[in-house]
This record gives sequence, C-alpha cells and structure tokens, in this order.
Amino acid sequence: MNYYNNNPALKFQLSHPLMQKIVTLKEQNFADKDKYDYASRDFEDAIDNYEKVLEIIGEICADVIAPNAESVDHDGPLVLNNRVIYARGTQENHDALAQAGLYGMALPRQYGGLNFSMIPYVMGGEMISRADAGFANIWGLQDCAETIAEFADEDIKAEFLPRVCQGQTCSMDLTEPDAGSDLQAVQLKATFNEKDGLWYLNGVKRFITNGDAQIKLVLARSEEGTNDGRGLSYFVADNKHDHTVKVRRIENKLGIKGSPTCELVFTNTPAKLVGSRRLGLIKYVMSLMNGARLGVGAQSVGVSQAAFEEAIAYARDRRQFGKAIIEFPAVYEMLSMMKAKLDASRALLYETTRFVDVYKAYEGIEATRKLTSEEKADYKDFQRLADAFTPMLKMFSSEYANQNAYDSIQVHGGSGFMKDYACERIYRDARILTIYEGTSQLQVVAAIRHVTTSSYLKQIRHYEAQHINPEFDSLRKRLISMTTLYENTVTRVTETKNQEYLDFQARRLVEMAGHIIMSYLLILDATRDKDDMFRKSAEIYLNFAEVEVRRHATYIKKFEAESVDIYKVQ
Amino acid sequence: MSFKIVVLAKQVPDTRNVGKDAMKADGTVNRAALPAIYNPEDLNALEQALRLKSKIEGATVHVLTMGPARAAEIIRESMYRGADGGYLLSGREFAGSDTLATSYALACAIRKMGKVDIIVCGRQAIDGDTAQVGPQVAEKLGLPQITYAEEILDLSGNVITIKRRLERGVEVVKGTLPLVVTVNGSAANCRPRHAKLTLKYKRAATPTEKQIAGSDYTDLYDARPYLNINEWGVSDIDHDIKWLGLSGSPTKVKQIESVVFTAKESKRLTASNEEMEDLMKELIANHTIG
Repeated sequence: MNYYNNNPALKFQLSHPLMQKIVTLKEQNFADKDKYDYASRDFEDAIDNYEKVLEIIGEICADVIAPNAESVDHDGPLVLNNRVIYARGTQENHDALAQAGLYGMALPRQYGGLNFSMIPYVMGGEMISRADAGFANIWGLQDCAETIAEFADEDIKAEFLPRVCQGQTCSMDLTEPDAGSDLQAVQLKATFNEKDGLWYLNGVKRFITNGDAQIKLVLARSEEGTNDGRGLSYFVADNKHDHTVKVRRIENKLGIKGSPTCELVFTNTPAKLVGSRRLGLIKYVMSLMNGARLGVGAQSVGVSQAAFEEAIAYARDRRQFGKAIIEFPAVYEMLSMMKAKLDASRALLYETTRFVDVYKAYEGIEATRKLTSEEKADYKDFQRLADAFTPMLKMFSSEYANQNAYDSIQVHGGSGFMKDYACERIYRDARILTIYEGTSQLQVVAAIRHVTTSSYLKQIRHYEAQHINPEFDSLRKRLISMTTLYENTVTRVTETKNQEYLDFQARRLVEMAGHIIMSYLLILDATRDKDDMFRKSAEIYLNFAEVEVRRHATYIKKFEAESVDIYKVQ
Repeated sequence: MSFKIVVLAKQVPDTRNVGKDAMKADGTVNRAALPAIYNPEDLNALEQALRLKSKIEGATVHVLTMGPARAAEIIRESMYRGADGGYLLSGREFAGSDTLATSYALACAIRKMGKVDIIVCGRQAIDGDTAQVGPQVAEKLGLPQITYAEEILDLSGNVITIKRRLERGVEVVKGTLPLVVTVNGSAANCRPRHAKLTLKYKRAATPTEKQIAGSDYTDLYDARPYLNINEWGVSDIDHDIKWLGLSGSPTKVKQIESVVFTAKESKRLTASNEEMEDLMKELIANHTIG
C-alpha cells in the first residue's frame, strides 16, 4: 500500500493550472539545475520530482507510521531525568522520515533542503496525519525552519537549517501558564550578555509540543519593563540537553498521545536573536502561526480521510437485516456527507496552499532582487488571499475532521465505542484540531475582516466567472443566489455599526462565505477532473451548503441586535 | 582502498498477493499477471551491504541482477537507497534458466568485474523459494559461504564476523574474505528510498532503456556518467553456451497440483479467553500458525 498512490485526489491537485506559476517562481527559472544533481530541470521534471518524493512519504506512511499508530497511542512518550523519551513507534517513524531525507523539503538547496513548494510539503502532512495524526505534529514542526529561513541572519541559517534537513526536530515555545490565546502576556525573560554576545533565557513555558526538541524557537520578553506584545522578541536556542532546558512534566491528553506536550523550565539557556528585537510576536510569531494553521489544515484533512476510510470499510463489511449496512439510506447518506466534507476541506486546503506558495515564492525572490511593480502587486494580492483563506481553512477543516470522526464512530455503532477499532483513536485525536494554533473562535476573529472588506466576496465573484462544465450551470445559478443572500446578510449586520453585534454574528457570516467558496472549488475541481472524482461531492456539498447559508441568513434576518443581551451570561 | 561489495538481487512477481491467474497451464509462474517487486530478502541483503559500506572508506555497493530489460528497476531502486550502481545481465540466451544456469551466469558476470571483496544476496526468492542460487554462486567461484546471515557484526582486516539465524537459535561465525553471504528475512529491514538519491538517480538507465525512451535529456548522460547502468549481454561475459539458459537447466517441472483450500467443517467459538486459547494451541499444534 502507498498513501500517495492510493489517493488520486492528491495527484489531481498537482495538475492545477497555478502549479506552473508556483514552480517557476519557486525555482527562479531553474537556476539550480546544474548546481545540484537532485535539482529539477524544468516544470515537468519538478512535478515528477514532487511525485517521486510523495511516493516515498506515502510508502513510509503505509509501511511504518500507520502500523505504529495504535501502539504509539497506547504507550505514549515518557519523561526520564528531565528528558522526553518518545514511544518506540514515534522514534521509528521519525527515523524512517529522517533516513529518507524528507525533513526540510521546502528549504532552499543551499541548506540541504529540496526547495519544494508548499503543495507537496502540505500533502506530506496530510498523508502523515492520515497515518497518525499525533505524529503529524513532530513532522509539522519543521515549519520552525521556515521562520528561521525567512527572518534570521545568515549565520543562524547556516547553523540551524542543515541540521533540520538531517532530521533534528524543532519546537515552537510560545505558550506560558498565563499566556495561552493572549500571547502578549508572555513573561519568559531574555537577558543580553555583552561579554559573549548571547541572550540568556529564564522562565517557564507550558503546553509545548515536542518541547525536548534540539532546535527551539522561543518567544521571550527582551525589553525590561514592558507588558505588551511590543516587548517580545524571538530567539533560537540550541538545546544541548545539558539541563539548561528541563522538561518538568508532560501532559496526559485525550488524544494525539504520541506527541509529547511539555512543561519546560529555562535556566540561563543561551539563545540567539532571530531578526529584530520587539518584532517577535507582532511579526514573526504571526507568520509562524499562519504556517502552523496551514499545517493543522493538512492534519485535519488527513484525519477526515482516515475517519471516512474506517467508516466506509466497516459499512461495506457489516451486515444487518440480511444486507451490508452501506445499503441503508441512513448510512449511505452519512458516508456521502463525510466524503463531501472531506473533498470540500481538501479543495480549500490546496487552494489556500497555492496562495501561500505564490506569495512565499515572491518573498524568496524579493530577498535576491527588487520586484517589479507588477510583481509586487501580484505578491500583495496573493498574500491577501492567503491571509483570508488560512483562518477559514483552519476553522472548516478542523470542524469537519471532528464531524467526520464523530460520524465514523456512529457508522460503527457499538463496536466503534470499543477500543478494538481505530475510529475511537481518530475521534480523540481529532478533538484538539479545533483548539490549538488558535481556536475556531479565534479563526473567526481573523477571518471576519475579510467579510467586511469584501475579500471573500471578490474571490467568490472570481470563481463565478470561471469556465465550468455546462452540466454544473444549475449549481452555479444556485450559488449566485446564495451569494446575493450572503452579500445582503453582511450588509444587514455591518450597517448596524455595532461591533459587538458583528462579533456575535461573525461566525455565521464567515461560514456563509466558506460554504459558497468550497462549493465553487468543488465545481471547478469537478470541471477539471477527467475521472469523475468530485462530481457527486460537488452536488452533495452544495445541497448541504445551500441550506446552511439560508439557515444563517434567516437567523440573522430575524435577529434584533439588542437581543444579544439575552445571551450574556454572568 | 577500494572495497567492492556486490549484491545479487532479483526482480520477482509479488507472490504474496496471488490471484487466480498466478500460474500458467504448464505449472510455471505467470509473471505477467503479478506486479514485479524487489525480492524481499534481497532488500535485507542490500541493507547489510549498505551498512558495511558505511563502515569502510572507499567501499562501493553494486547490484547484479539477471532478467529482462525492466529488471533495471531493481538497480535503480538500489541506487535510491544508497547503492553506487549496478549491472543488468540480460538477453534471450539467459531465458528459461533454473538455479544452476542462473548461478553459472551470475558467477561469469562476477568474474568479469575483477576484484570483488564480498557478495551478499538474499537467502531465497519468493517466486521459487529454492535458496540455491547464493550457495551455487559461491561454489562456482570457489568461495566460502555463510548462509542464513542475520547481521554482519564485524569486519577486521579480511575476517568477517556474522550472526546466523538458524531454526532453533543463533550462531556467530567468522569467515575470510572474499566470500558469499546469504541474508535471512529476519535481518534488519532495508532503509527507505532517500529523497535526494531518488531525484539524483531517477533517470539512471540501461542503453536499451535509453533507446526505447528516446529521452529529452540525452546530454545529461554524458555529463553525469553515474546515470548509465551497465547492461551486459551474453557476449560480455566469458561463458560456455551450453551451461546457459534452457540448455543449462536440468530442472523440469514434472507435475503441478493445484491445491484448493475448502472449508470442510466450521466451528463456532464464544469470545471467552479459554476458547481463544484452545484455538491458538490447536493452530500452533497443527502448524497453521507459528
């Protein structure tokens, strides 16, 4: 089995028309082709390289990571002498990926990376999460290297990036006991030492995923006497495991048990400044966070896929009343909805990733030369789209992963409640997805301004104007009237000029936009696809989306702004 | 110091997933109906070879395989994992070889390579399950052999220490190079394909493959000699034609019996621990499992 080859929906995303632009920008016209024996030589070669590497990941997922998932969930990591020891399976998974040279896929070749675009990297995350959602965190923390590559000085890059490519793991140390969603309250102290030119870190971090990693990115207060986000800077620490960073304990969690969640004590830990002082939270963490949210999107789609597969396999196998339960309307409708939500969130995942890819590629070019004004405008457009789509993706994909995990158990009936089937682990693993890297509620806070500034509407109009297969014309008509409804509903809320009321209705508005966007993406995918993979999901999702959009519109239409008061709880 | 490790590997039909048409009417394996894979124990052998290579400066690993043009895939698969290159022994004269003719051809090819320090191969292939080729190659080359190896423990000078996995235990033995080692499936799994090596070697090809493909990248094969996989035909090795192919193969399939498992009786168990345990004991006792 191979998790890449047995999922043609992934290969399909590699054939998206925007890939040509992404690859050409990322490879800067294939400048590396004779400098590195593994560099791609042209567009077709680059896509072939992506596929070759995705096949390796797919094989490791099927042969190593998935078979280990159950024992990793059971055993979990442990703390011994202030160090984390991974579960046996976790270590095996990591070793296999490191041995195959898969860490640092998206890093530049000069640091040992493959210089791949984000698309194949995100696909790797999706496949790994499908095999074991908890392990996807350890894989995904290589995002830290992206932040180093983007913002750190050359000597820091040269020191740390090749080590990531060799398989040293990373952690991003942000949260503290008194700073969760509100990172401005971070207190861990960074003090500069004139003598050796290093910073020294002192304090406590909590809920740190993979906290015993070798390479740590730490958010710390560098400006004495400050109390807000502007006093925070970003540091990279080389964890030499010499007890300057101690793991005090690891959390006992509901799910993703293989991923160690650590409480850390920093005692005079030497560290180096990343980028400029005072920009830690307001610039670098925000950038890291966007990458992490994309990562959770991939993780969520992987979980949705795993939940769907467990459910459909069981439904085909399980017989009741003389037939397989998949033949009963109540069951097959559930399965089709799971598939539609899976396909919709995957469409949104790769659309978002393409936007991120284009703007990150421009960012890379900007580091080597000045962009033309045309390029600059394009860069900004894609950055805005990435900003708008990332929180929407994070919210929808994680909620759908949870809904699919719930339904997967439901399809299994009583058996699904037992430890004998994977669906119960998937259900527990899914639960964190709507919480970490910003709760769904915080994603709405990030997304709502793209409702009020019409970013979503503009993009919806763009999709509306695309060529589609004539058989979908009637679906588009329905979407156009849904869009009008969305537009009117947004106006209805914004014209009250009442911020609290807007916050109250924000999730409904973001969801309306999301339903329309995902419906369009499925129709566009179904138009482009020759194998008829998405036609059913496009129709099924739209049937669902239409009712959701009307439901929200009706709710808001009937709602008086003052009625918010009755919801207030003391 | 050069140290040449040769791995004997075979492309085999994946007999672990057999369907109805797995056998032809004459009782031989229907190779066309099954996916071609790297013989599993040869992968174990490759891993031992690569580990040995990492301990010896200047050591190289080359894979020798005999088969049709598509068997070059085995050599590429090996290069993706760390092998330096390989030789495909191919031609109609080799067709129909049994283990005797195969080992003769492989021995001729190894002689042609010059100084070889160690030859490593899987214990047996999953299509024939004979476990004869490795030992026969050793005999034909007049080399000592260590079979059923699980791990190469040490190499000091030209003395190699190897752990063998036998039916009822393990045995640690020493041997003097050059020699032939056959590796058990209980040995360490082969490492995965390496991303960079896969991208570096993905266009590696034999002359025949290049001709068929008519590649857009022909200039690359001159600039990067490692992309050229050696392809040897019968004229490239010193041989006596009567020992090759069908004429060199005394093995004949006398009769094939198709064994169809049918359920003769069924048995219902409750989920109790006792009944499960009794079933386990029964299955172990009649060798169904274990």
